[in-house]
Amino acid sequence: MNITIDHILAGISAGGQYALIAIGYTMVYGILRLINFAHGDVFMVAGLIMVYASASMPLYFSIPLVLLGTVLLGVLIERAAYRPLRSAPRMSVMISAIGVSYLLQNLALYITGGLPQVYPAIPWISDSVTILGATTKRVTLITPVLTILLVVVLVLLIRYTKIGMAMRAVSKDFETSQLMGIKINSVISTTFVIGSFLAAVGSLLYFSSYTSVVPTSGAMPGLKAFVAAVFGGIGSIPGAVVGAFIIGICENIIKANTELSIFSDAFTFALLILILCVKPTGLFGEKATDKV
Amino acid sequence: MKKIIALILTALMLVSVFAACGEKPAVEGGDKVVKIGIYEPASGSNGAGGKQETLGIKYANEKVPTVEIGGETYKVELVPVDNQSSNDKAPSAAAELVSAGVSVVLGSYGSGVSIAASSTFEAAGVPAIGVTCTNPQVTEGNKHYFRICFLDPFQGTVLANYAYNELGYRTAYTLAENGNDYDEGLAHYFTEAFTKLGGKVENANFPENTSDFNSYITNAVNAGAEVIFAPTSTSYAQLIVEQAAAKGVTATLMAGDTWDSNQILAAAKGKNVDIQVTTFYQEGGNADFDAGFKAWLEGNSQNLTDNGGDSNIAAVSAMGYDAYFVALEALKAAGSAEPAKVMEALWGVSCTGVTGAIAFDNTNGDAVRTTAYIKKVNTETGLWDFVKEQGVN
Repeated sequence: MNITIDHILAGISAGGQYALIAIGYTMVYGILRLINFAHGDVFMVAGLIMVYASASMPLYFSIPLVLLGTVLLGVLIERAAYRPLRSAPRMSVMISAIGVSYLLQNLALYITGGLPQVYPAIPWISDSVTILGATTKRVTLITPVLTILLVVVLVLLIRYTKIGMAMRAVSKDFETSQLMGIKINSVISTTFVIGSFLAAVGSLLYFSSYTSVVPTSGAMPGLKAFVAAVFGGIGSIPGAVVGAFIIGICENIIKANTELSIFSDAFTFALLILILCVKPTGLFGEKATDKV
Repeated sequence: MKKIIALILTALMLVSVFAACGEKPAVEGGDKVVKIGIYEPASGSNGAGGKQETLGIKYANEKVPTVEIGGETYKVELVPVDNQSSNDKAPSAAAELVSAGVSVVLGSYGSGVSIAASSTFEAAGVPAIGVTCTNPQVTEGNKHYFRICFLDPFQGTVLANYAYNELGYRTAYTLAENGNDYDEGLAHYFTEAFTKLGGKVENANFPENTSDFNSYITNAVNAGAEVIFAPTSTSYAQLIVEQAAAKGVTATLMAGDTWDSNQILAAAKGKNVDIQVTTFYQEGGNADFDAGFKAWLEGNSQNLTDNGGDSNIAAVSAMGYDAYFVALEALKAAGSAEPAKVMEALWGVSCTGVTGAIAFDNTNGDAVRTTAYIKKVNTETGLWDFVKEQGVN
């Protein structure tokens, strides 16, 4: 085992990317009690939008287009696949989510023809830099900083704005908040807007590091982000972020050992089982006030 | 109302299920038709390579669309299926070909899926000709799977000799996808040959769907590797090249025939990396084929897209082209479109293709090949530079 600064850097960067996806899982769960299985695929579609957008327009158009397109997709999925099922049993919504996930993957397969698409290099953030003797892309350093920044903004938004208050109320008690005059549909749409926006930012950072998009690109990061969300206590935003960083860093430390590296994914899931056995509500448990 | 809609939807679904059964047999105007199956991936991690191999076969078919069998002219119909680069989906894709009534099967790109489908072809008595699947297990101990390319023990040894003797490297790091027969096999034979010569090798495997190779590359650098041997499929290769370049790795990246793809060229262009691979064919080996194939690719935008967006000739396309003619020779020699007769006839088939002379040995039905081509990426032009022909010694 020979852990170097490279491994730690790679781990922090991976953690930041997982965190941005994990927030989408945890917020939707906090409000709808739904595990949005399509979230990882929304992340992948964001990558594809960037691939096709940057082929025909300059970056200062394509990046906003990616953010906007992903947000629209997230809202559209909610409208089409989840809203009609609002009064249905929770299991039906979950199956609908799985269906959307497969739909997006197969659409991507159809559009790309199954070939891996090369993600465009974004100037400046895709350049190589040397830090503490380790050479890496600049995006590795930007990722954790940007993640923390966005999370702080998000937490402030939830704490101090009207829509944030509405979200907290809905996550506490769905029916009562409806009776109190909160427009539940717009709160849920906002949740999907935020979740998809962060997934789009995550996809920009992720695919700038790993520059190839295939229809199943969203599966593994999505699954790991989901594990991170559960690990941190699903429903809790700080929990999801902390969980994501722990998983990202541990995973890369395991990879530092050549014999154990093959078990890096297995480790992630073993960690999940362990934490669920010991602390079923995750690290940051289900504090009633802290669900969004 | 809702119930009615639900009923209509269900009925529509049922109709679409049965719609697939209504295909008419493809006999046109009384012509006799012989079917050749193309068992290749068109999606998944090997989709790009599979498509290029298929292009070679299709080009050959367009050049020579008929074959003389037992004094009668048959029209050759290609039946493609997509095995999705996945060992689980392979048997059902193979079964699809069998039920389509093919006389002989070509493919697949990727040894794993070939091995996975082998028993399906065997049970149906349909012979298969491996085009570029290099793992020994594809043909070992069976009588129905043939192959026209060289094998991994050969390829691994060639690469190890080249790295040790010609480039003077002493430390190597291998990187293979866990559970992928091709990757692990080739890494194993490379390691065996390299250590036998006196070199030091560290082996690593990565799980399926990995996209973060930073830690593996760091490990290779820490191990002092002068060569990183990563015989992975192209979708991983693209990421490995990109991440190695970003990390400023100076070690040579080496791989087998899978890396001979314009996706690698695209990933390496303009970057500071040294990439060297062994392959089956070097562009320029046969001027007629090169010119004809390029023109054919450029004449159809779909073909160009399938080839990766440009008209660089991949070795697998040349191999696919040759495989088609081997199949035609076998059909002629058999004098029948019966799969069993074709299987018998294949043992004796020999012909000269654009990639060299092809004949099968008597034990496993492997082609006898003694040289591999080594080429390296020219990062300025984004094209392959031919290095040398290399044998085992």
